[in-house]
Amino acid sequence: MDWTLLLQLTLNGLIVGALYGVVAMSFVLIYKASQVVNFAQGEFLLVGAWVCWWLLTEWQLPFWAGFLVTLAFMTAFGLILQVVVLRPLIGEPVISVIMATIGLGIFFQALMKWIFGVFAKPFPPIFSTERVNVLGLEVQPVYLMSLGISILIMAGFAWFFTASKHGLAMRATAFDQQVAQSLGISVPKVFAMSWAISAVVSSVAGIVVGVVNGVSSALSFYGIKVFPAVILGGLDSVAGAVLGGLIVGVLENWAQYLDAGWLNWGNMVTIAPFYALILILLIKPYGLFGTKNIERV
Amino acid sequence: MAPDAPILAAEQVSLRFGGVRALTDVSFEIRRGEVFSIIGPNGAGKTSMVNCISGRYRPTAGRIRFDGEDITRLPTRKRAAIGIGRTFQNLALFGHMTVLDNIMVGRHHLMRHGFLSGMAYWLGGAQREEIAHRREVEEIIDFLEIQHVRKAPAGTLSYGLRKRVELARAIALRPKLILLDEPMAGMNLEEKEDMARYILDLNEEWGMTVLMIEHDMGVVMDISHRVMVLDFGKKIAEGAPDAVLADPHVRRAYLGEADEVVSEPEEALAP
Repeated sequence: MDWTLLLQLTLNGLIVGALYGVVAMSFVLIYKASQVVNFAQGEFLLVGAWVCWWLLTEWQLPFWAGFLVTLAFMTAFGLILQVVVLRPLIGEPVISVIMATIGLGIFFQALMKWIFGVFAKPFPPIFSTERVNVLGLEVQPVYLMSLGISILIMAGFAWFFTASKHGLAMRATAFDQQVAQSLGISVPKVFAMSWAISAVVSSVAGIVVGVVNGVSSALSFYGIKVFPAVILGGLDSVAGAVLGGLIVGVLENWAQYLDAGWLNWGNMVTIAPFYALILILLIKPYGLFGTKNIERV
Repeated sequence: MAPDAPILAAEQVSLRFGGVRALTDVSFEIRRGEVFSIIGPNGAGKTSMVNCISGRYRPTAGRIRFDGEDITRLPTRKRAAIGIGRTFQNLALFGHMTVLDNIMVGRHHLMRHGFLSGMAYWLGGAQREEIAHRREVEEIIDFLEIQHVRKAPAGTLSYGLRKRVELARAIALRPKLILLDEPMAGMNLEEKEDMARYILDLNEEWGMTVLMIEHDMGVVMDISHRVMVLDFGKKIAEGAPDAVLADPHVRRAYLGEADEVVSEPEEALAP
């Protein structure tokens, strides 16, 4: 066995997994706050990455400026999406809301192709060095940045939910909307805020992936990869989403190792998380940290 | 606003769900600073009335005024902001959150600093505000004697304690009028006595007007200034506790359909 390669792949898995975790968190945020399963999560990454790419290449903004403008744009994007598309659907059957988010996904997927074309486009280089050496393993600096940003976002989420006024309001709303309202919390505001934060956080992940792999519609696959991660962690658990993301990331890379070394099926990287998804649904349908839905009749 | 004007006035409030009449033309006033109780048999519309006041239901007809202002169409959260707090019949605490966090949510509308301004925590106002909020929350925790569980997740507490935490959360809003939907249901005698004491203190020392729904007649008679009785969605009596208890309509509502039972004692006295 090639231990260095396995270690390298594990590290890659953790880095990519942290990104999955970030996207999964923003998915869970929307689900928790407004009970909407957002099938357009991947498109948040896509839109964010394209906007940032456009600002950096067409407008020649420095990276930090383009990054901040993108965040501001995505805040507005998330808010408008919630207010215009999702708010009128409050109280409608779950299936209608799901269809609406699938529709949104297709729409933005197509819109981005229409505006920016179908080919992957690279970000202008941000780091001068190609590779750095961490404990004997080769790592691209962008990956390190990606890991740093992921950890920062996770810490931010933890702070937001435990120590901020709006975080508390959001948890209260997730628990019981009627009670939250009776305590003076504006539920529509909480919904809008959850979409805005989710869009921003996803777009950060989108930009990071864009910097590593170039921007293309492949980014929206992250929206699908999120499902094994959140179902593993539990659909309504933010901490579970992070763990689920990490597990999926590592699993993918180990599957690749297995595939390249012995199986030679050639597709295990993409498929493995979904095998895991099916297994989890069979064994532990509420995920590792999800709440069991016990209904008193 | 005259000081003796009612804090809450319900005018001919009716509430219908399809063909079911939950409330029919109910009118009453709650005076500033009193403990006002609504009693009545199960399904009489007591909780429906409270829900109309707190904003969960919109009356089908009639009007509700709070502090002279028409609040009939005001959204729930705005009612919380102008001073109406409530607890729920079947406990509605945020189970995963600590007692402290539960109470802090009650401070929501009083907090000026939000996500962004809070970022500048150390620069100024936010820190001072946080300290002020914490002091007030601690005061409430002291008052309700729940210091020992302040960091515990609310879902792990005993029933009586949870009822107290829910009261604490409602108080944290600093309401002028607090609506208590069966604050003592399912409690043992000792817990009921504690709760009665808290309600009296709230009323007398904190100056909150209390609207209470309660089934325990002993408690209702002991701590209420006035009592209203609902039966099948209609008001059948209102007044001082003794007078209401003696009211023949009330006895009929509780004892069942028997006009003669009510009138019999007088006849029995006749030789």
